[in-house]
This record gives sequence, C-alpha cells and structure tokens, in this order.
Amino acid sequence: MGISHLAILGAHPDVQVVGVCDTSKMMLDAIEKYSSFPCFTDYKKMLQDAKPDAVLVAVPTKFHAAIVEELLNQNIHVFAEKPFCLNPEQGAPLVALAKQKGLVNQVGYHNKFVGTFQEVKRIIDGGYIGEVYHFLGQAYGPVVVKAKQDTWRSNPEEGGGCLMDYASHVIDLINYILAPITEVKATILKSIFSKDVDDAVYSMLQLSNKVTGVLSVNWSDETFRKMSTSISINGKKGKIVSDANELKVYFKEEPFPEGYSKGWNIRHVTDLTPEVDYYLRGEEYSAQIDYFVKTLQGKVPNSINSFESAWLTDKAISLIRKEQR
Amino acid sequence: MERILFGDNQFFAVNHISDEKSMAQSIKFKEDSAIIKTLDYAMEAGVNTFMCTTHDRIANICEIIRNNPEKYKDFKIFPCMPYAHKYANAVTELGITGTLKQYVPGNFFGSLFKGGVAFLSKDYLKIMELLIDAEMKMFKGIQTPVIFLQNVITDMLLGLGMKDVLIAFHQYVEKKYDAEAGFITMNLPKLLEVLESGGIRNPIICSSINKAGFRMSGGKALYEETLKTKKFRAIAMQVLAGGAVSPKEAIEYVCKLPNIESILFGASSRTNINETTSLIHQFDAAK
Repeated sequence: MGISHLAILGAHPDVQVVGVCDTSKMMLDAIEKYSSFPCFTDYKKMLQDAKPDAVLVAVPTKFHAAIVEELLNQNIHVFAEKPFCLNPEQGAPLVALAKQKGLVNQVGYHNKFVGTFQEVKRIIDGGYIGEVYHFLGQAYGPVVVKAKQDTWRSNPEEGGGCLMDYASHVIDLINYILAPITEVKATILKSIFSKDVDDAVYSMLQLSNKVTGVLSVNWSDETFRKMSTSISINGKKGKIVSDANELKVYFKEEPFPEGYSKGWNIRHVTDLTPEVDYYLRGEEYSAQIDYFVKTLQGKVPNSINSFESAWLTDKAISLIRKEQR
Repeated sequence: MERILFGDNQFFAVNHISDEKSMAQSIKFKEDSAIIKTLDYAMEAGVNTFMCTTHDRIANICEIIRNNPEKYKDFKIFPCMPYAHKYANAVTELGITGTLKQYVPGNFFGSLFKGGVAFLSKDYLKIMELLIDAEMKMFKGIQTPVIFLQNVITDMLLGLGMKDVLIAFHQYVEKKYDAEAGFITMNLPKLLEVLESGGIRNPIICSSINKAGFRMSGGKALYEETLKTKKFRAIAMQVLAGGAVSPKEAIEYVCKLPNIESILFGASSRTNINETTSLIHQFDAAK
C-alpha cells in the first residue's frame, strides 16, 4: 500500500483520513496501534462506514479498474497510482464515467510536479528552441539487479515489468511535454534478470505532431543509486537536456525566456521547486497530493494528470508492446 | 556536539543537484581508502565528528578506525539509521518477515527468544529495538554520543502521527547506548511541536537550513521564527542548498542565525573542506 501517500495525507492540514484499508496484516496492525487512522481489511466496508469524499488507490495495477469503477459509481473522487490500468480498453470507460459524473480524477505521475520538468515544458510551449525534430526519453535504476524476486511486479498479467511500471513515467512525460505518442516504429523488450517480464525497453516513437524520438529505459542498471529519469529534446534553435535535478538548455538565438541567454544555461531543481508544507522523499509527492486536494476544493482545474492523460499513456504503452521485434 | 560535523553524502553518490556529479563521486570513492583520505582532510581541518548513514561500507570504515586507536582517539561518529535503501530492497525481495530474519542478529525465530516473542506478539517497538541493535553492531568500540533517526523514517512517522515510535527511539537510544537521540527531518517546525508534546525537552534536530529556503517545509520565515523562539539543539544541513547560494553567502547566513549548535557539511576535496571550515570560523569570529 502507499505508506508514503498515507503519511502525506496525514500531514495535510485540509485532509482528514477517515479510513485505511490494506491486506497486509502486519502493516495494518502497526497503523492501528500507533496512528489514529481507522483501519479496514475490506475496502467496500470502508466506503460504507467511513463515507469518504475522495479515495487514494495504491494497490497493484490489476485491481485498479474494478476499484476505481466502484468508487466513481459511488460518486467518490479518485486519485489512483500509476499506471492507470492494465490496458487502454480497461481505462476508456472509466475516463468517460469520471467525466460524466463530474468527479475529480488524478493519476500519480509525479514527474509533472518536478520543477525542472515543469520548466522544460514552459520552454517548449514558448517555442524557444524552435521546431522540435528529435527527443530522447530515458530512465535507469536498480530495481531488478539479480535473478529471483517473485512479486506481482514480475507478473506480466498483473502490470509488472519495466515497460508498465518504470518506462510509463518517461512515456507520460514525453506525452505531457511534447505531444501524445501515436505511432511506434519498433520496440525491443528485453528480459535481463526477470523470467517473465521485461527489464528494459528500447523503442522508436512518433508523436501526434509527427516529431520522432527514442525511448530507452532499463531498471536493471545498478550503476544508478535510484531511479534517474531524463529527457533531451533537439530543436532547430536549441537543445534541452534535463533530469529531475538539473536542466541544461542551449539557445542558438533570441528570443530567450527571461533570465536565460545565448549558449548553455543551467538551472537546478533547488531554484525551480516551490516549497511544500510537508516533505517526504521529494517535493513532487506532496505537491501532487496538494494539487488533488486543491482540485477538490475547486481552487485549481482538474487538468494535470487526469485519467484521460494517464489513459493516453496506457495507450502508448500498448502501442509500444505491440511493435515488439 | 562540535560546531562543525562532517557528512557522508559525497561518499555514497548522493547529490541533490546533478546526476552526473553523483556518478563522478561514485567513481571517486570506489575504494574505502579514498573515504579515509577525505576523513583525514576533515580531521586536519579540525573536524572530528563524522555523521554517517549505516551504509554497508561504513562497516569497513569502522574497522579501520578500530584498528588505529591512537589516530582516532578523539574521533566520533554520529550514526544515522536506518540506511533505508538496504531495507527497501530487502522488503521487495524477501518480504517483511524475510527482511527481519536477515537483519536481526541471531536467529530471529529460533534461539533469539526476544525476537520471536516480539514478532508473534506484534510488539513493534521491540522489533525496532532489535533493528537498532543490528544497525549499531558495526560501531562497536567507537564513540557514538548521538544516534540519529533518518529523515525518511522520522518524517514518515510524523506524517502518520506515530509519536510514540519517535519517543520510543529517543528512550531506547538513551537507555541502551548511553547516547542522545537525534532526529533528521525536512519538517523542523512540525517535528519539534510533536516531540515537545511527547515530553522530549531540548531535542537534537538536524534539518535543512539555508539562505535559499530549500527543503525548509513550511517556509524559511517559520524556520527562523522557530530558531528564535523554541528550545532545541539545531544542526543545520544542506546549508549550501545544493549550490544555489555562494558558499560565502550560505555560511554567513547560517552562522548569523540564533540557536544553531552545529553545522553539517560534506565535501569531496581538501580545498572545499578547508574553504567551508574557514568560512564558518570567520563568520563565527565576527559575531
């Protein structure tokens, strides 16, 4: 379950946690014993007793569709962890249902709340690097670095594998910063240590605006201490190279965004990240939940990380899988 | 506590502003001897306290320290636990029970009666004590006057409202290790409030304090107010805000704040160690 999500919700001044549901007895016992949150083992009973306004769903992906549908039918606002569903067919009716019912819907692609990536989007939207002709989206990290490890993450039917669990972050970021992926030229899905799922994804992509680029993701790379996500974008008037910590941008000619100049410019996440009220593991995790709460309060539009955008990511994932060579 | 404490992020490729630098550090500190050499530079600069996470490699460093008692007679370590990655990886691979089996000394479910009973009776605080003991094993024979709870855990417990666990950590460290408990946090004002309400007076709290306001949850103004009006022993970390402020400006800001007992910093080179320590001395002297 999402113990970090729970802590962030617990610390949020405008949120009252009315119930926690988990199947791990050990986890639930600890929460029951040391926190003041009411605990449940059956989520339907929780909905009945606790009557929540909104629910955060952090369960294995294969349970997302059924639970989210139930919540929407009960007129409950939903924040679901990523990826949204196992496939776009599962997600499509949920996008429609949430829209029809006018319920707040959000998915946990937290990179959109990272200061450097937000700045990349601003630079691209402003057209400052000119016509974009190529991109490279990457993520590397040490998730599966040896054989064995059998969890739901190693089962392809349950949403396991590097493509769904790890590459989805990069795919979603490309969709958001540039344009949705609509065509896949070729894909290599590679198992390195896992028996049944992919540990690496290499794919050639085309976006709805015809821009092409490359996806390169590997979760069996232990030279990275933790997940490192990056994107580089080539334009006719400049180039951007950014990860979650550091943004490097090269401008060939004017106009530049304010504070930037010709040649290389470097910005750090320290300068680009707004302060949060409670910090756990990264500003972006608190920021995305705060955004969800503000949407519920009607203070911001339900535009970042909506079900619809996460569904487009699910669609891209299925295209990438289909073009496997 | 000494005025200046030396940190360990640079040794373990923890870099908040650049993934490239992080890789370069990982290459530079591949050998334990490179870590020891850097600790020597810190000692030459008059810094005799090393605040470090309970990373597996620290066990090797401890061994070297134990083998050179004369050289390290004034040397202290402030352990920060747990090294969360170690447990997170283990839980993914072995599950919670498997992880406990692996890390708790002795045979958790067999001969070690305390562990077995604690597990069966779901006495989580007892399990925590066993894990603290497991983490402390590597420091045997080394002075560890302050033992810290890492911010990932402190802040998670804070968010979950698990005050009793924070207090239990404080009490156990004092009782078993005759040491003071410290808490690392990114949420200083909130944590202090909770610790005070739990009856912990004048706690040691290490948190991000810098001119840029970086990782100061709730805002810089609230931190400054807390430093001015509350009673606690503050350690300032991330004073350089990942490079957002010039070293001179950064150190001047922290040295002028009231109530900062110690300043924690890490550096990979002799030049940077000397520069930071002399800036601290310079601005302290000007007070």
